[in-house]
Amino acid sequence: MFVTPGYAEEVAPAAGDAHTTDAGAQAHTEAAGGGGVFPPFDSTTYPSQVLWLAITFGLFYLFLKNVVLPRVGGTLEVRRDRIAGDLDQAARMKSEADAAVAAYEQELAQAKGKANAIGQDARDGAKAEAEGKRKEIEAGLEQKLAAAEARIATIKANAMKEVGNIAEDTAHAIVQALGAGKVEKADIAAAVKAAGK
Amino acid sequence: MANDPIHQFQISKLIPIEIGGLDFSFTNSAAFMVATVVTASAFLFLTTSSRGLVPSRMQSVSEMAYEFVASMLRDAAGSQGMRFFPFVFSLFMFVLVANLLGLFPYFFTVTSQIIVTFALALLVIGTVIVYGFAKHGFGFLKLFVPSGIPGLLVPLVVIIEVISFLSRPVSLSVRLFANMLAGHITLKVFAGFVTSLSAMGAVGVAGSILPLFMTVAITGLEVLVAFLQAYVFAVLTCMYLNDAVHPGH
Repeated sequence: MFVTPGYAEEVAPAAGDAHTTDAGAQAHTEAAGGGGVFPPFDSTTYPSQVLWLAITFGLFYLFLKNVVLPRVGGTLEVRRDRIAGDLDQAARMKSEADAAVAAYEQELAQAKGKANAIGQDARDGAKAEAEGKRKEIEAGLEQKLAAAEARIATIKANAMKEVGNIAEDTAHAIVQALGAGKVEKADIAAAVKAAGK
Repeated sequence: MANDPIHQFQISKLIPIEIGGLDFSFTNSAAFMVATVVTASAFLFLTTSSRGLVPSRMQSVSEMAYEFVASMLRDAAGSQGMRFFPFVFSLFMFVLVANLLGLFPYFFTVTSQIIVTFALALLVIGTVIVYGFAKHGFGFLKLFVPSGIPGLLVPLVVIIEVISFLSRPVSLSVRLFANMLAGHITLKVFAGFVTSLSAMGAVGVAGSILPLFMTVAITGLEVLVAFLQAYVFAVLTCMYLNDAVHPGH
């Protein structure tokens, strides 16, 4: 606090006899100016306060209006523009990315369709080929089977014929061993034939 | 003397100046007006000097104050009211910084002088009247005649409206003045208890703990009041300016 008695003394004389406070506080009361007037209500200070308020507040107003506020306003403006610009750019990039994703998915679907078609073709081709080969092989087998059966039949017929001969020979040998004399081969053959039946 | 709670509001001359019989001395009050203006200007000027796209902490304090007052004014008086933005912002910053500076021990509180708050309130009302008449001519007087009232009641309502308009500078200035005055007196009284009690020996020191806590708590409250009263002053200014911009209610 700046206490300078000089100012108070100028005001004090009018109320000089109003000092009713005790001696201890007297010095202060005198310094308080106006001898007991509540300081904010001491109208002798008003001209000075109003003048200095006008000067200081006026300068403050001019300084803020011409220097500080345009600067802060400009900074905020620039920031708002920048943020709006960045958001726009982000939105544009997002839509580009979305378009790219859509294009990618379309291509993927096309490629998938193509792959399916190729796979189907390959499967069908392989199936047909396998079927053809199988038929060919089956036909070959059939043929071989038939040939084998024919050979078996000839071999069987030959064997049957051989059986007759062997039987005749065997019978001839048995008859001779029994010593029943000479027997005509033709007889034996007839007998075997008859027995074979 | 040290415990006199009124002493802090004492005006003392630093540089005596007298012009035409009127006392225009540079007083402690004037010194703290200068301090208020210099502090506020320096803070606002230095913190915003980098114009950072990404604000630093102090820069965002200044920008918050700017946007706070701007949105307050826009809400109250619309975009047409924004022409008064430098005025309202200056008022808000001046009152706020004066209130806050006054909280420092041994500092003078400019806003605890009724003449200062009254001068600011008159400045507001004067701006409202001058701009209102300049913009709307006699249409500004519609302010005192709210639309949609029965003809019989018009004189009564006009009288009430005029009285309410005239009491505005008083209520605006007394509210700020009384809040600052009462707060500082309370603070001083409780702080005075601490010193006078602790001079009374061990028991007194023990007894001074409570007023000490009260002093701390009231200091916190006064910080709140400093912001709140600056805000209230600015909001009411915005509302009164709204009358100047849109007098037809």
